Amino acid sequence: MRPSAVRLLNVLVPIKRTIDYAVKIRVNPQQTGVDTNVKHSMNPFDEIAVEEAVRLREKLKDQVKSIKVVTIGPPKAADTLRTALAMGADSGIHVEVPESAPAPEPLGVAKALRAVIEREKEKGGVDLVIMGKQAIDDDAGQTGQMLAGIMGWAQATFASKLVVDTGKNEATVTREIDGGLEEVRCKLPAVVTTDLRLNEPRYASLPNIMKAKKKPIEKVSPSDLGVNLTPIFETIKVTEPPKRTGGQKVESVDELVARLKQAGIAAVKS
Amino acid sequence: MGKYHGTSSTVLRPRTTKEVSEIVKYCNEKRIGIVPQGGNTGLVGGSVPTGRGELVVSLGSMNKVRHFDPVSGMCTLVADAGCVLQSLTDYLAPHNHIMPVEFGAKGSCMIGGNCATNAGGVRLLRYGSLHGTVLGLEVVLPDGTILDQLTTLRKDNTGYDLKQLFIGSEGTLGIITGVSILTPPAPQASSNALLALPSFDSVLPLFKRAKRELSEILSAFEFIDRGAYDLSVRHGQGRGMSPEEAGGAECFVLIETSGGRREHDEEKLSDLLEHLLSEDKPLINTGVLSQDATQFSNIWSLREGITEAVSKEGKAYKYDISIPLSAFKEVVDATKDRLREKGLLGPHAVKEVVGYGHIGDGNLHLNVVAAAYTSEIEAALEPFVYELVGKYKGSISAEHGLGVMKAHALHYSKNGISIEWMRRIKDLFDPNGIMNPGKVLPPASGASHEPSLKNTGSGRVA
Repeated sequence: MRPSAVRLLNVLVPIKRTIDYAVKIRVNPQQTGVDTNVKHSMNPFDEIAVEEAVRLREKLKDQVKSIKVVTIGPPKAADTLRTALAMGADSGIHVEVPESAPAPEPLGVAKALRAVIEREKEKGGVDLVIMGKQAIDDDAGQTGQMLAGIMGWAQATFASKLVVDTGKNEATVTREIDGGLEEVRCKLPAVVTTDLRLNEPRYASLPNIMKAKKKPIEKVSPSDLGVNLTPIFETIKVTEPPKRTGGQKVESVDELVARLKQAGIAAVKS
Repeated sequence: MGKYHGTSSTVLRPRTTKEVSEIVKYCNEKRIGIVPQGGNTGLVGGSVPTGRGELVVSLGSMNKVRHFDPVSGMCTLVADAGCVLQSLTDYLAPHNHIMPVEFGAKGSCMIGGNCATNAGGVRLLRYGSLHGTVLGLEVVLPDGTILDQLTTLRKDNTGYDLKQLFIGSEGTLGIITGVSILTPPAPQASSNALLALPSFDSVLPLFKRAKRELSEILSAFEFIDRGAYDLSVRHGQGRGMSPEEAGGAECFVLIETSGGRREHDEEKLSDLLEHLLSEDKPLINTGVLSQDATQFSNIWSLREGITEAVSKEGKAYKYDISIPLSAFKEVVDATKDRLREKGLLGPHAVKEVVGYGHIGDGNLHLNVVAAAYTSEIEAALEPFVYELVGKYKGSISAEHGLGVMKAHALHYSKNGISIEWMRRIKDLFDPNGIMNPGKVLPPASGASHEPSLKNTGSGRVA
């Protein structure tokens, strides 16, 4: 019997340029958002997604035909694409929006990604989308699920382990859930969203950074894709959470019990 | 570190300068020795009592920031001596300023101690030493007098600059109770890279290139030899490069840039790295460039964690020396050879000999990691290392100070006349010899020079 042809994987990794996670966030004076004149970098969960795609290629070698990264953002987002290319992605797609445009929302992003995937059909299509489970600026955690929904694809979210079997055309994903770990198996094409424990992203090595400068980045606009990224939500106000009041030291266990009673915490009757 | 042990019957924790003054006055009258303590992170036993019945005076309860004016443009911070360095850094952060000193012990060390020891650290390359960044000190003199020279004036050429005597005096001329220090603006953009070098010979040319091409944005240039790198990675101190990348490297260099314009600075740094990589005889094998804040701190952790890795590996003999850059490798190798000759190189005695440090300042931290502290190993190393340094006309203590460890070795780096005048100054300030006895200055030759201290009886060297 002839062995069935091993399917070649085309991997798409959507990434987002966000405020660097180590920056101290400050609300702007108009209370419409946060101060964005700070250091930005790739959303940490997206870094993990890029890393996973590169590791997939290291494991499956030629079976991974292409790793494309895509971002929807202002001109500066191209730097984030370059970082992904330096980590090992092959090419990038920059859906460019103006600097002053409001941030796209998860549904808008999902629709844009759908359009990108449609466009990729003529180049071999997309078999696997690996993306961060959430962006650290909005913490929405919706885009992956919405994308799978509108594409009619399988989804495996909060992945802490990903194994792809190209022969069977399926992915086995271990998911981090409240009760522990859950293993799901899905047919490709599928959307996998990454959780923190999936991997630790590599440093961008200098030779790769230099190679990345020559890798292609295709620029498109939302209208090229036929999507409208105008937000459907209006942000009314952004404020800081209430300041944490200090704790207090007590001198004895009796005082602790008295204070707890004061605060309205009663003992549970066994 | 666990190397120096001492006991005292009494520890005092004054809360105000006045209390410090009263304590010192009393001790001076009663001839009781005093050991001032800050964060107790010193590496030369300078904060450990020596069995002369000293009292320990901890500055830890004096930990308030007295004054900081971000608006006036002078950017000086005035703080109690017992403020922990990290807490001052945290205090300044929202105002977009930083402390001009920074090093591994920042979570525990205190600013008063930093000044008393003229601490160096990784930022010295960029901001200079405490002798330049400290604008004023408040010191309690050995007779209890409070010398208040706290000022926020940037320029003040009125008379002899007394504070310079106390900076680096390691508690032997008085107790620092307040510090006024310049706080540079926080850099808008910091970036770092870890470079793998094929051979030690590349280090000096690399340093010259980095200085020339990065010029004002170069803020740190640290050397890590292969042994130190492997030790740090092995003890999980930070993330290293992939093993293939680190492969044949003989040593590593950490470069940090800090500047005002992110794009401009990142471009300068990646241009330099690109040039280095694409030359005919590259000075570097490869390197990694941090892409975000996490990677930035991971790369720094690798360097800052060497100290901890060393203590996890065994008992360390630490030699903090200033020698010509070109001699760094020679000194490490010579020390290894010496130990090998004495049959002390091996898991039973000395497990590792590693070198790392602020190569940009000509400062090497030579660490000999042993299974245990033994007199045999000490005899093999001292005065061998000091003599080696003396040969290069170097410093036996670039930044760690003399404490009790190197007081006897002062003559390897300073001539007799210098030492004599240091002693005269000590006698002038502290005729009863109560301030941190046994530290910094060697005992005078001939009859016992030390004024007799009242031994409270319970002091004992462990």
